[in-house]
Amino acid sequence: MKKFAVVAAMATALLGSTASYAAELEVTHWWTSAGEAAAVAEFARVFEEETGNTWKDSALSGSGTGANPVIISRIIGGNPMGATQMNTGRDAEELIQAGLIRDLTPIADELGVKDFYVDQSLLEPCTYDGKIYCFPVNIHSWDWLWLSTKAYEKIGQPVPKDWNEYVASWPALQAAGILPFGLATGWPFSGIPGVLMAGIGGSDLLIAVNRDKDAEAVRSPEFRKVAEALDHLRSVISPDTLVPTFGDVGNQLLEGTAAGNIHGDWLQGDLQVAGGVPGVDYECLPALGLGTQLSGGGDSFYFPVLPEGTDQAVIDAQTELAKIVISPEAQLAFNLKKGSMPIRTDIDLSGANACMKKALDLLGNGLLPSGDFALSSDTQQQLQDLNTEFLDDDGITVDDYIERYASIIEQAD
Amino acid sequence: MSQIATTAGSLPQAGHGAGIEPRGPRPKPFFTPKKIIIYSVLVLFSFYFLFPLYVMVVTSFKTMPEIRFGNIFAFPGQINFDAWIKAWTSACTGLTCEGLSPGFWNSVKITIPSTIVSIFIAAVNGYALVNWRFKGSEVFFAILIFGSFIPYQVFLYPLVMITRQLGIFGTLQAVILVHTVFGMPILTLLFRNYFASLPQELFKAARVDGAGFWRIFFEIMLPMSLPIFVVALILQVTGIWNDFLFGVVFAGTQNYPMTVQLNNIVNSAQGTPEYNVNMAATVLTGLVPLIIYFVSGKLFVRGVAAGAVKG
Amino acid sequence: MADTAVHAGEGAGTVVRPGFLKKTFLHNLPAKIAAVPMMATVIIVFVGCTLWTIYYSFTNSKLLPTGKFVGFDQYERLFATSRWNISVTNLISYGIMSLVFTLVLGFLLAVLMDQKIRFESAFRTIMLYPFALSFIVTGLVWQWIMNPTLGLQGTMRNLGFEWFTFDWIANSRMVLFALLIAGLWQGVGFCMVLMLAGLRGVDEEIWKAARVDGIPTWRTYISVVLPMMRGVLVTALVLIGSGIVRLYDLVVALTNGGPGISSEVPAKYVYNYMFSGGNIGQGLAAATMMLLTVVIIMIPWVYLEFGGKGRRS
Repeated sequence: MKKFAVVAAMATALLGSTASYAAELEVTHWWTSAGEAAAVAEFARVFEEETGNTWKDSALSGSGTGANPVIISRIIGGNPMGATQMNTGRDAEELIQAGLIRDLTPIADELGVKDFYVDQSLLEPCTYDGKIYCFPVNIHSWDWLWLSTKAYEKIGQPVPKDWNEYVASWPALQAAGILPFGLATGWPFSGIPGVLMAGIGGSDLLIAVNRDKDAEAVRSPEFRKVAEALDHLRSVISPDTLVPTFGDVGNQLLEGTAAGNIHGDWLQGDLQVAGGVPGVDYECLPALGLGTQLSGGGDSFYFPVLPEGTDQAVIDAQTELAKIVISPEAQLAFNLKKGSMPIRTDIDLSGANACMKKALDLLGNGLLPSGDFALSSDTQQQLQDLNTEFLDDDGITVDDYIERYASIIEQAD
Repeated sequence: MSQIATTAGSLPQAGHGAGIEPRGPRPKPFFTPKKIIIYSVLVLFSFYFLFPLYVMVVTSFKTMPEIRFGNIFAFPGQINFDAWIKAWTSACTGLTCEGLSPGFWNSVKITIPSTIVSIFIAAVNGYALVNWRFKGSEVFFAILIFGSFIPYQVFLYPLVMITRQLGIFGTLQAVILVHTVFGMPILTLLFRNYFASLPQELFKAARVDGAGFWRIFFEIMLPMSLPIFVVALILQVTGIWNDFLFGVVFAGTQNYPMTVQLNNIVNSAQGTPEYNVNMAATVLTGLVPLIIYFVSGKLFVRGVAAGAVKG
Repeated sequence: MADTAVHAGEGAGTVVRPGFLKKTFLHNLPAKIAAVPMMATVIIVFVGCTLWTIYYSFTNSKLLPTGKFVGFDQYERLFATSRWNISVTNLISYGIMSLVFTLVLGFLLAVLMDQKIRFESAFRTIMLYPFALSFIVTGLVWQWIMNPTLGLQGTMRNLGFEWFTFDWIANSRMVLFALLIAGLWQGVGFCMVLMLAGLRGVDEEIWKAARVDGIPTWRTYISVVLPMMRGVLVTALVLIGSGIVRLYDLVVALTNGGPGISSEVPAKYVYNYMFSGGNIGQGLAAATMMLLTVVIIMIPWVYLEFGGKGRRS
């Protein structure tokens, strides 16, 4: 009885406020590439159509280095946005502890999120003291080897079926003047070791390193294979062939000037915008064509606690947006554009392309914790520095790499 | 030392500058080997300084196929304003495709009050430091100058907390405060040096007449300080206009200055980067300080000279 | 109004406690009131925030400054981090080169400009205009010029000069020179203007005397004129030096620390670990090390400027 009253009160409050007048909700995110912008526009569209509120878009370029500091300093500085995207992971841990992020548990209970999230582990980073503070909106995986059909046509070889075949094709590619591996400057390289770890090292290694922070696993023979593969990879990458953004690598693949690339599934959004068709213009090999599980993280929506005196309509708009970002309609529209996997599979995914269908199959085998999911941003930053240095400086041997990797994992919390 | 002070001190009344005009008669049109070397070196350096401006402007008028042809020297086939229009009105960051124009007005809103407040406070500081020394004033000044060496990143976090306590984080007031604080060292140095170079007799005479702190400041010092005000004005307008870090952190999204939008536009390349739009946006962002500099060039140089001569 | 305040202040001082109060608190009272913003800035921002920084560099604070005291842990990690060590080396190399080239070129150009030449103001305008542009703009332009495929190198090769190589931003060993070219482009003109002002401030009589003594022009510049320009040199040093320690925007816009980590600088390390790395303790430890370096460099200067005050007044 009492429960019913509360729900009824909430419902009237909600109805009342939506009926009275629409609010403007500022949403920050760093989805600025072509595919990403198209995807976030779907969220905005559904939100505005369903609620009559206004989506005030605040895109910030530069993800980790550019956008994250601004988002965090605004929340700490008491000038929070209505909602923000961040990586699903531990970035916001302390903001939650400090009580700066809105508790979404009532909404989660009302919707029964635990029933439809495809993998319960996704909610772990959002959960603190049994309460839920964020909603993951997609599953991103780095574990993709993208291959250019055109490049392999040029050398007259079939498109490789897994990592080993791909590596074997490098000499022929180089002889034909094709870049074996296209790469963008900056952070994209640092996603690669995790992919090699999952594909070559195997699921157990990845779990031992990322989740259990086991430095001995880094010193194991399995990890050495990973480091050697990375060492081999850097031998076919030279600084003057790097391109500015990962979108440019997509173009290289479509043109056939580069044969392959390891990059997260969001590259597919850009490939699609550029007119690429999977299976025709490019091929995708999940888990390098070797493994059966994908490692992943993704993006989540956080709703900061708004300052005293904020219009109730804005707070209601937060509630509504929280419901919408994980609603079937928005999930479908958003993820098809973004190239990521939806967080729920109880929706009609027949519109998904060949690559996403492969991913959905693997998702059934359980999701492995990727680095950005399981490691603190501090540890990620250290690993990124190590990887960036390793790529550029041949003076760092495989042994050095393993030892430094191990010591970073040792210190990780 | 005293010689320098005299020269500098006499300049405001003399009215024709801090001795930056060439002395003596006009140069004769007589080309000695020495002159040829001098001019060659200067012309050579001029190429170095002008080349990027040329490249920026030329690139912004090209079409993308012309750019991909790969000749940054080449003149555009025909002058094409599309990139400029796009940069100003419709270049995108995320879902917002409004170009740089909103950022321009935000920069104006930030720059004008920040410049006025910071210059006024620094002028008073310089005046107090020179003419009304009190115990410890030089220590404050020393720390101030020292502070100009500390990387801004050190202050960012505590300043976020301070502005939050003041309840102004994410507003124009916050960014004005921050610009005032960080403009203070160099501006105070400039004003202090300048006021020190003025003849002290005027000040002493006014004191004898019983004029107080503010009256001397407004009635005697300010009227003599036009050159240094121009320098301060230019330093601050360009500095604040060009600022990125404080704008992005303190101003709040609705007030993002032009530099932030430039960076957003250039770095959130959707598909192939449009170098012509990027360059047009870059030129547009640099335009305001450039115009101010070209218009006031001579006064600027004169003021810099006046402020700098005495250490 | 203002002068009554002065008199009232002095009067009150005499009544309450002759001498002491007047001397310490009420002497120049309006000046002190006027200097309140400066004192507040110095005490709260430059001293307060600095102490805050030092304190929290000894904690294990992550995203928020709430960590526990951990002694020198952050510093141990800092010095074991190769990115930090490379950043420091880079800053020293860049700093020395930038300081020397800016001062030498600035002085040289000023001397040339001082030879009673024609078109002086045109040359000055050309050399000074980059100073009005931000480092973001500077970085973007030079990045475009140095773009290996579409920039200067690509152009020259397209024109038939196949041997032409200018790939400094993509070359770990040369990237600091790429930064230097852009940095000098932005800053040399300003240094030249300062130096020129200094040169013009030197009295004509000194030149006459030097000529009479038969001292060659170049020696007069170096051993007579330069020492007389102490004020200008100090100003130039302060300006250039503080710019170097803070070097950040230019690196971000031009190379973003690359290739690899070969053009990383300390300010970028601080920013990355404090904000994107979410490790305030580590970022602040790095910031404190930068502070310490600045202190060590500045002590001689502060002593020279403020220590021997008797000499000056």
